[in-house]
Amino acid sequence: MLMPARPPLLTAEDLTVGYLAHRKTPRPVAGPLALALWPGELVCLLGPNGAGKSTLLRTLAGLQPPLSGRLDLAGTPLARLSAAERARQLSIVLTDRVDAGNLTVWELVSLGRHPHTGWLGALSAADEGHVRAALAAIGTTGLAQCPVGELSDGERQKVLLARAVAQDTPVVLLDEPTAHLDLPNRVALMRLLHRLARQTGKAILLSTHELDLALQAADRVWLLPGDGGLRTGTPEDLVLSGAFAAAFAREGLAFDPATGTFALHAPTGPAVQLVGDGAAAFWTRRALERAGFVPTTGAATRRVTVPLASAGGTWTSQVLDGPAQTHATVEALLQALRGPAELYPPTAADEHFPGLIHNQYAQ
Amino acid sequence: MSPALLVLGTDAARSAPPPRRSRPAPLLLTLVALVALAFVLDIALGPVRIPLPAVVKILLGQPTDTPAWAFIVRQIRLPKALTALAVGSGLAVSGLQMQTLFRNPLAGPSALGLTAGASLGVAAVMMAGGGVAGSLAIRALGVGGSWGLVLAATAGAALVMGLVLALSARVRDNVVLLIVGLMIASVTGAIVSLWQYFSAPEQIQEYLLWTFGSVGGVTGGQLAVLGAVVVAGLGLAFASAKPLNALLLGESYARSMGLSVGWARTLIILSTSLLAGAITAFCGPIGFIGLAVPHLTRALLRTADHRLLLPGTCLAGAALTLGCDCLAQLPGSQTALPLSVVTSLLGAPVVLWVVLRRSRSRSSFS
Repeated sequence: MLMPARPPLLTAEDLTVGYLAHRKTPRPVAGPLALALWPGELVCLLGPNGAGKSTLLRTLAGLQPPLSGRLDLAGTPLARLSAAERARQLSIVLTDRVDAGNLTVWELVSLGRHPHTGWLGALSAADEGHVRAALAAIGTTGLAQCPVGELSDGERQKVLLARAVAQDTPVVLLDEPTAHLDLPNRVALMRLLHRLARQTGKAILLSTHELDLALQAADRVWLLPGDGGLRTGTPEDLVLSGAFAAAFAREGLAFDPATGTFALHAPTGPAVQLVGDGAAAFWTRRALERAGFVPTTGAATRRVTVPLASAGGTWTSQVLDGPAQTHATVEALLQALRGPAELYPPTAADEHFPGLIHNQYAQ
Repeated sequence: MSPALLVLGTDAARSAPPPRRSRPAPLLLTLVALVALAFVLDIALGPVRIPLPAVVKILLGQPTDTPAWAFIVRQIRLPKALTALAVGSGLAVSGLQMQTLFRNPLAGPSALGLTAGASLGVAAVMMAGGGVAGSLAIRALGVGGSWGLVLAATAGAALVMGLVLALSARVRDNVVLLIVGLMIASVTGAIVSLWQYFSAPEQIQEYLLWTFGSVGGVTGGQLAVLGAVVVAGLGLAFASAKPLNALLLGESYARSMGLSVGWARTLIILSTSLLAGAITAFCGPIGFIGLAVPHLTRALLRTADHRLLLPGTCLAGAALTLGCDCLAQLPGSQTALPLSVVTSLLGAPVVLWVVLRRSRSRSSFS
């Protein structure tokens, strides 16, 4: 495997993470793991619920001790670093609720300077510069005087990230920073983190459930499949090797390596030959799958030709060698394909709900 | 400033607005003035009314026309006002520390069971050995008049404090520690109740007198001891401003920012124990101040920064306690009302008003 020239910031060997039950019995969640985190990289930690993503992050951050194994931060065993030394190397954004409503954004971000200030916590001019730079980098300068209690979820997440950036550490960990955010905010946050890693040389590790976004943004993926092991690599390698699909197979989901998405529908209806390419073909395929048809590129009794240009143009459908029909919209196309007798062809999903079917055409 | 970060920042963003939102200095100065006013007023009021100019003159050491006034001020009223000052600032600061440490708006100096521990010590002395003589001593000299009671209360509070400190080394979770403190208080309270159940009525009355709380009668050596302990406790509290600020975001964040939570917690518990333990020992349990003053100060200063909140609570607590002590004298009769009753009667509505008026303070308790 090709590795960047610079030495890793965080390494682990034979690391087992988990909890001590009743103070004695170890309850391992994942391990033994071998990890390395390089500067300038955005790494996404993915895995199904309960695979140990949070436990691993908390262990790497020194918030809970590892059950066994070696864990080095900046070349020194993590356990041998003092709390203050560790805080100058590594910062973390947790899922913990922060409800200090009277704190202003400026004050909260200033708390990130904690490991750098004296016993009273007074900010020097350099400290204020760091706070300002962090606020600006995350695009929260305008919020500086706003009480934390008045922020939206997206703003609060950004401010907590700004606090971690103000701590000025080479390593930044984030535990599910995209939870509770709407889609535009999730995309914006991912883009921001990617840019931050590239331009500041920080190593950024985040756990997330946003598989789509993670596959696009991550330089490297750490995959915790829930069997105790860990697969690492570029997202593309993990997808192509099948490791990604295998990690989520347990949840009964089918990952489609061709589109990089999890299939929502498992169509079982008649095959439809789809002719054409581009955006129109992509979205027509989605519509056909939802309606229960199986789109193919090979010959089939039904054939659909998508418009060439993305704007304007019409769909053409043909059943057997019957007359070709044109349709102005996908909706019209679907209606024509279904025909009057089977407006909603029964799909595999219908079999799960016997006795609950209101469809008058269903048998 | 790290040059790499500036790549991301825009020019407009770099000239960020000034960091402070409100100006706390005038507010703190106003509080200082309020404390001074209440202090003088507290000395002036009482069964013998002394005019304010005369009080100021006596305090400044200048001779007055009426030697009796000078005697009253120096021997009775000044020690009482100083005690109220120590009680108010100490209880308020220890309440602030408990609310931040436990991230709980209902925490106060009694959260760790210290008050209950002191009560147990006093109950033990009164109901096991004491008699009518002790009761008379309280009426004549005030609660602090008897070294025996002070020692008993100190022993009780110290016992609980040792227990809590030992447990806090084992318990990692602050919520669990809060429950432990409340349970200790509950058990101690039950023991005192049991004791009362099997005691003679006059002994119970004696104990009840102690529970009313009083800042009178702490003079001479006792005042020196109380003052020294309160100053030490306040010193530890001010030293814990930075850890308290870090704890605002919760224990995990505090730890990730380089705070050794165990040390910080020991420091905070020690400070609170000294303050609440000594004050309860000398003056009996005084309610409301420790719970409410931190909320009032947060609403007043509109900040969560403990470098401002600690002096603010200190001053507000002192002003409020002195004010309540003034009101306790007001009825004009020869006997003053119990201080604890006045603080609760007046304070609770004030806190209700502040909390209901500012809905945001709901989310700013911690």
